[in-house]
Amino acid sequence: MKILVTAKRVEDPESKIKVKPDGTGIVQEGLKYKVNPFDAIAVEEGLRLIAKHQGEVVVVSIGGKEVQEQLRHALAMGANRAIWVNQAGELDQMRVAEMLQKIAQREKPDLIILGKQSIDDDQNQVGQYLAEWLGWPQATFASKVESFESEQEKNKVPALVLSSDGKKLRVVREVDGGLAVVDCQLPAVVTTDLRLNDPRYATLPGIMKAKSKPLEELTPAKLGVEVTPQLQILKMSSPPARKAGIIVPDVASLVDKLKNEAKVL
Amino acid sequence: MDFSITETQQALQETARKFGREVVRPKAAHYDELGEFPRDLIAAGYELGLLNMTVPPDLGGAGLSHLDQALVAEELAWGCVGVATSMIANDLALLPILLAGTEEQKRKFVTPFTESLRFTSFALTEPGAGSDVAGMSTTARRDGSDYVVSGSKCFITNGGYADQYTLFATTDRSQRHRGLLCLVIEGRPKGLTVGRHENKMGQRASNTVTLTFEEVRVPARNRIGAEGDGFRIAMETLDNSRPLTAMFAVGVARAALEHCLEYASQRQQFGKPIREFQAIQFMIADMAKDIQAARLLSWQSAWLLDAGQRNTLISSYAKSFAADMAMRVTTDAVQVYGGYGYIKEYPVEKLMRDAKLIQIYEGTSQIQRLVIARELFKG
Repeated sequence: MKILVTAKRVEDPESKIKVKPDGTGIVQEGLKYKVNPFDAIAVEEGLRLIAKHQGEVVVVSIGGKEVQEQLRHALAMGANRAIWVNQAGELDQMRVAEMLQKIAQREKPDLIILGKQSIDDDQNQVGQYLAEWLGWPQATFASKVESFESEQEKNKVPALVLSSDGKKLRVVREVDGGLAVVDCQLPAVVTTDLRLNDPRYATLPGIMKAKSKPLEELTPAKLGVEVTPQLQILKMSSPPARKAGIIVPDVASLVDKLKNEAKVL
Repeated sequence: MDFSITETQQALQETARKFGREVVRPKAAHYDELGEFPRDLIAAGYELGLLNMTVPPDLGGAGLSHLDQALVAEELAWGCVGVATSMIANDLALLPILLAGTEEQKRKFVTPFTESLRFTSFALTEPGAGSDVAGMSTTARRDGSDYVVSGSKCFITNGGYADQYTLFATTDRSQRHRGLLCLVIEGRPKGLTVGRHENKMGQRASNTVTLTFEEVRVPARNRIGAEGDGFRIAMETLDNSRPLTAMFAVGVARAALEHCLEYASQRQQFGKPIREFQAIQFMIADMAKDIQAARLLSWQSAWLLDAGQRNTLISSYAKSFAADMAMRVTTDAVQVYGGYGYIKEYPVEKLMRDAKLIQIYEGTSQIQRLVIARELFKG
């Protein structure tokens, strides 16, 4: 089977994000970048599926030249080839979904797996648009059946299960208050939630091999997508700083404060 | 001149860093306390390709440059240099074969290490021959198509777990360094006794044993290079490994610095965090600048190898400077922590014990200075 996955370049979740004083964006100097963690989960799930059912994993990223770093990371994890849409500058979710739609029409994958959202803007829209415009079924927030067994046992519980005829996919979805199990016809769009899997490390031989794996360059023009953004960011600001907590001397004063100041008792 | 590292090198560093942080660090104190062989950690490292890094692609390796390996070495040592020493031991033992072996020998004695997790040890040092390598007394006597080996080797890393040994011995003691040869010993032949694990001060996770050879027969086809090539092979091996040992020192020292930055921000004395005192700031500033100097020297010594140039002088600068630096930095780290630094519950005393060995193994800091002086007075 052919699986299309995404690898968006996002700020390293461990780095400290500062908003520019004029509110036009964030300070990029000194920031590190990574594959969006939800996308890394998508790449991992794709690799696990082809390890079982044969086929190839094709990874896509959209952005300036620097996103090749994220594509190489996915290739080092084991993806077979990469598609880079060379488009620096702002893009809104609909344009991203449109580009992925055009790529899907060219590549004709059996399955598209993408992160449920990217951790920079947290929009959670691309997968849904993409499925709608392709006219494919969608299973968002793919998770896995939790097991209270050992770590090893847990890993044995597969999250995305392909039917024996290879035409249907069973997905466990994370929903409010529990899990929902859905079956969908392939081709389909799946978006990944945090608990689906634990992405593998890129091995040293994998990293070295990634250098010579194919990386195709496309442009929005080649895909026939007009990139004029329809969304404009007016202002960015930091969340208000939290006030420091206090240490109370004893239980009595804690109870007193909860009762009289916080008024929660 | 260009000090930047490539995107691929950043990726290699990232994997090694993650391994150091998520796999090695959490178990470092455990293995230090017990002095047990960290097989689980090494096996996890093997899966990621962090062992046998020097092996070229045609023999099943990943094809890392010397600088690539140096970047990885810092991260492994940052996790735990005892574990790193055991992880790099295969490379040290495979290097003589890679440098001087025939194609057939390389395929036979190197490739299997890339196919499954196996251990091999470099056996050079003897109870009576440490710095004086040419004074070794382990003999290899030719007998038909075999050599018969007798003598003993000490401080052999991973020796208790090795599936193969790269041994140096003499065919004629009076010939000193011209009498040495290099032999590959497969498995545990009759007459080879592995001694007990040494109870070391630091780097306690790495396995260190004595090997005793009593009339051990080794096929002559297992000889690497010619008779008399042993000394040259050993020295070339050390030229190759010195950049990595130097980076071990950088990794240990960086770990100490990071602990100090954190501790000095939390620890309060005289009503403020101790990082606000100049005495602490100066110690920490000295640590940071010396670490960076050692890192750059080590990078240069690795870069010279990648450029196909002799690196004996620069790698001796790097190894001695970095090892002495790590000793100084980790000693100061204990000082920054004060009384708590001396307690095993805190992480820095281990680093100080670990650093000491880097001044001793693979050529003491004093021998490095002899090499440096010899190179300087040459011609």
